[in-house]
Amino acid sequence: METGLDFSVVWTNITHFMIGRYPSGPIGGVLLTLYLAVISLIFSFFGGLILGLLCVANSRYIRYPTLAVVNAVRGIPLLMVIFWMYFLLPFVMGKIVPESWTIITALSLFTSAYMSQIVQAGIEGIPRGQTEAALSTGLRPWHVMVFVVLPQALRNMIPSFVNQFVSMIKDTSLAFIVGVSELTHVATQVNNRTMIYPTEIFLFIALIYFIICFAFTSLSRWLEQRLAWRKAI
Amino acid sequence: MFSYHFDWAIITSGQYFEWILSGVKVTLQLSVVSVALSFILGLLIAVMRMSNVKPILWFSHAYLEFFRNTPLLVQIFFWYFGSYKILPMVVNDWLNTMNFEFAAAVIALTIYTSAFIAEDIRSGVRSIPKEQMEAARSSGFSYLRSMYYIILPQAVRLTIPPLINQFLNLIKNSSLAMTIGVAELTYQARQVESYTFKGFEAFTAATLVYLGLSLIITWLVTLYSKYILNPMGVR
Repeated sequence: METGLDFSVVWTNITHFMIGRYPSGPIGGVLLTLYLAVISLIFSFFGGLILGLLCVANSRYIRYPTLAVVNAVRGIPLLMVIFWMYFLLPFVMGKIVPESWTIITALSLFTSAYMSQIVQAGIEGIPRGQTEAALSTGLRPWHVMVFVVLPQALRNMIPSFVNQFVSMIKDTSLAFIVGVSELTHVATQVNNRTMIYPTEIFLFIALIYFIICFAFTSLSRWLEQRLAWRKAI
Repeated sequence: MFSYHFDWAIITSGQYFEWILSGVKVTLQLSVVSVALSFILGLLIAVMRMSNVKPILWFSHAYLEFFRNTPLLVQIFFWYFGSYKILPMVVNDWLNTMNFEFAAAVIALTIYTSAFIAEDIRSGVRSIPKEQMEAARSSGFSYLRSMYYIILPQAVRLTIPPLINQFLNLIKNSSLAMTIGVAELTYQARQVESYTFKGFEAFTAATLVYLGLSLIITWLVTLYSKYILNPMGVR
């Protein structure tokens, strides 16, 4: 058996890995991975914000059901959420839903549940005195949240959001399961076509994921240090 | 609008129930084996990460960063499809004598989880005052012995709640093993769906099992923190 690694397979398919069949066909590869991650991040930011605010609501009739939903979503694997969306979305929408939207919905829902925990922790991390002071100056509870608590809380949450984005990039690899041609799917396609270079191909895409995710992990650490420094003064 | 006919009977008894049940068994086997192995590996990496020897430090750092920043699915594919070229012949032959899908899933899950466990243990160790290490060293313990007898027993005790959470993550992550054909819970639910077209029932069953497991585990963590870690209710 040939044991040496031959990475030429990577270079002959490099555009396929990076942008899929883009100019002549749909986008794919790294570009689609990032596209899925960014779109889902935007949705799950707002989803997480809303769920997080509901989780800290004063009324227990709002708080408990929200917490139940959040913990249910956190208790099942992402793969399960994807399969559920794959089934339910066509039922609910009454028409065929493109696979990429199945994935975006599943990722957004799943990550919203995790984001809501970050938002909750961020809000609870703001000293209670701030809320009391704001209330005593005559602001409405709703205004206290939007103008006093959230601006500070959100700034403290930025590193956690970036970490969640890293998880999101890693999670987009599961789009493979419903046949969305992001990086992992492209890799399996190239692997099926070339047959004898699985080691090279999967090492290469692991490296690409690593470079992207490591960049964001480092960014999050840097932000964390900066925020700690700003808090100290 | 919906003309779906629910048939819960197929999932609560008979052949398809057996399938789901065997899926639960494989999921638990996969998770338990992987969590035990990844605890050992994670402990090793955590100790290496705190060592003073530069090459060991660099290696453990690279290990942690690499395996935490690549998707588990890619790692599973790598071990399943690609590992034969980099592993020695002996290891390949040995792996082929057993259920290779299962073995590849265990390797991938173990390595992936060990990186997270190592970080949990490290933060547990960092919460032990460093005077303890100094005291141990000055009473004549070597570095490894003071780790083993003094620091780690306390750190592991603190690390148990995050470790149990990692076990929960592992149970959820083990669902990815279906992509290489390990017949665990998600795989079996999918299988029932393709045989009967009763996807709704099959996925409900699988979801309930995952939810049940995560509820039990979360409850265990709460009990542990309440009665063992902090029996006096001190904050």
